[in-house]
Amino acid sequence: GWAAEAAEVAPDQVKFEDNMVAASLTDAPGNPEEGVKVFVNRGLGNCLACHVVKSLSKEQFHGNVAPALDGAASRWKMEELRAIVADSKKVFGEQTVMPGFYSLEIGDNVRKDLVGKPILTAQQVEDVVAYLATLKE
Amino acid sequence: MKRIVLAALAAVAAMSGSAFTAAADPVDDKLVIDDKEMIIRAPAPEGHPFEEVMSGWLFREAETRATEADSFANPGMLAVEQGEEIWNTVEGSAGKSCASCHNDAAESMKSAGASFPKWDPDSKKPINVELQIDKCRVKNMGAEPYKFDAPEQVALTTYIKHQSLGQPVKLDLASGEMQSWFDKGKDNYYNRTGQLNFSCSSCHEASMGKYIRADHLSQGQANGFPTYRFNTGGMVSLHNRFRGCIRDTRAEMPKAFSDELMALEVYVTWRGTGLSVETPAVRQ
Ligand code: HEC
Ligand code: HEC
Ligand code: HEC
Repeated sequence: GWAAEAAEVAPDQVKFEDNMVAASLTDAPGNPEEGVKVFVNRGLGNCLACHVVKSLSKEQFHGNVAPALDGAASRWKMEELRAIVADSKKVFGEQTVMPGFYSLEIGDNVRKDLVGKPILTAQQVEDVVAYLATLKE
Repeated sequence: MKRIVLAALAAVAAMSGSAFTAAADPVDDKLVIDDKEMIIRAPAPEGHPFEEVMSGWLFREAETRATEADSFANPGMLAVEQGEEIWNTVEGSAGKSCASCHNDAAESMKSAGASFPKWDPDSKKPINVELQIDKCRVKNMGAEPYKFDAPEQVALTTYIKHQSLGQPVKLDLASGEMQSWFDKGKDNYYNRTGQLNFSCSSCHEASMGKYIRADHLSQGQANGFPTYRFNTGGMVSLHNRFRGCIRDTRAEMPKAFSDELMALEVYVTWRGTGLSVETPAVRQ
């Protein structure tokens, strides 16, 4: 549809306050069905590299670097989940192993074709957050 | 002294079919190769982030571990054989082979593999086995240096390091300017790179013993290199592994033997102080 034309908050304009990002990064609502695709895709979220999700047990090889995400939406508000996915370091601190998926405060020597690009698009972040919101205890 | 390597194609590490990987710790097991017991756990040297340093062997699947423990099954022993042949082959304008000067590697190279990188006063830099081979080829044989990861370079390195099988890794950081290269290597180790923003410590320290997807994260030790990998069905040099791990952070890869990776080799090798040289180790 017209979603591709939706206005977006640029990665360096995202406002973090009290471990939250209050406003949506796009003006199109997040779609949980698209979100789960981004979540499992190894080239996009690749979230299962580090997190277990029981309801996704048909997907192979869930890592255990990080806590299981079952029930994440019972532990965190939507606005907190958005902050965690956009830039986990703003919530968990600099030391966290979790990448910032919509951040340009990243490592040195970034692969040339990726310079200036966040891992996910604004819409993909909203979709992943909408999916996380379904993970209730 | 030639071996016939059997079962080179055997034992591709079987992956478990289940979606969830167990929260497995390193195994509690002994590694004996050619009747020699390897030191696979050692008290960490002072200033080390861990209390105990552990061989990557402890983190691998049972089949992979068994393949390394059996020299006749270990496909990496083919590289040792190839290296032995090169050792004895005359090349270059001086009409010499490695053996012309160093004779029997079992004697002359017995502890070399456990003590590289060393300080090289000529280049005023640390030198590793690969670069020492090149130095001897150029200076002493009148031959060309090898290209990075040329099969001959990997085989000869494997052969030389294999002569130190079982010997504990120990670097001389007091020699020349080794200490400042160590410091630089340590900075590199903790420096985050790439779009994914990982440092070596993100995976091999903070997440050591955990699974990232299907990979059981070890301490990222250098003592088994060059290693045989089932995944690629061939030998992997240390700088190739470094470059692969850096690529996986979505960063540009530094050049092999660059100052950056030489410093990293000094520091990472020190992190395995006390572990036996296991070359050629077997990984999945
Ligand atoms: C390389 C590892 C890694 C990857 C990849 C990763 N995370 Fe995380 N994540 C972590 C770690 C580690 C934590 C725990 C926070 C900490 O201790 O630093 C965490 C915490 C979280 C939390 C809070 C968990 C809770 O229930 O308290 C959420 C939600 C989350 N991650 C979502 C995601 C999503 C969504 C993705 C993919 C788009 C993702 N993570 C990818 C490592 C990762
Ligand atoms: C003409 C003599 C000569 C030849 C031929 C020669 N080397 Fe050397 N090699 C030396 C000398 C002298 C040293 C010590 C000083 C130095 O680093 O140049 C040395 C040092 C070494 C060392 C370091 C040993 C240690 O314990 O620190 C290794 C490893 C080595 N050579 C391997 C080789 C290999 C492999 C070849 C063949 C590709 C080879 N050499 C050919 C003379 C030779
Ligand atoms: C995103 C995760 C990740 C990062 C970052 C990472 N590695 Fe690795 N590394 C791995 C995995 C997975 C393996 C294979 C399993 C194992 O041995 O841990 C590995 C293996 C290794 C090995 C081989 C260990 C053995 O016993 O065979 C070395 C050495 C190594 N890494 C060094 C490094 C260094 C140095 C850095 C930083 C420049 C680094 N790694 C960064 C994931 C990573």
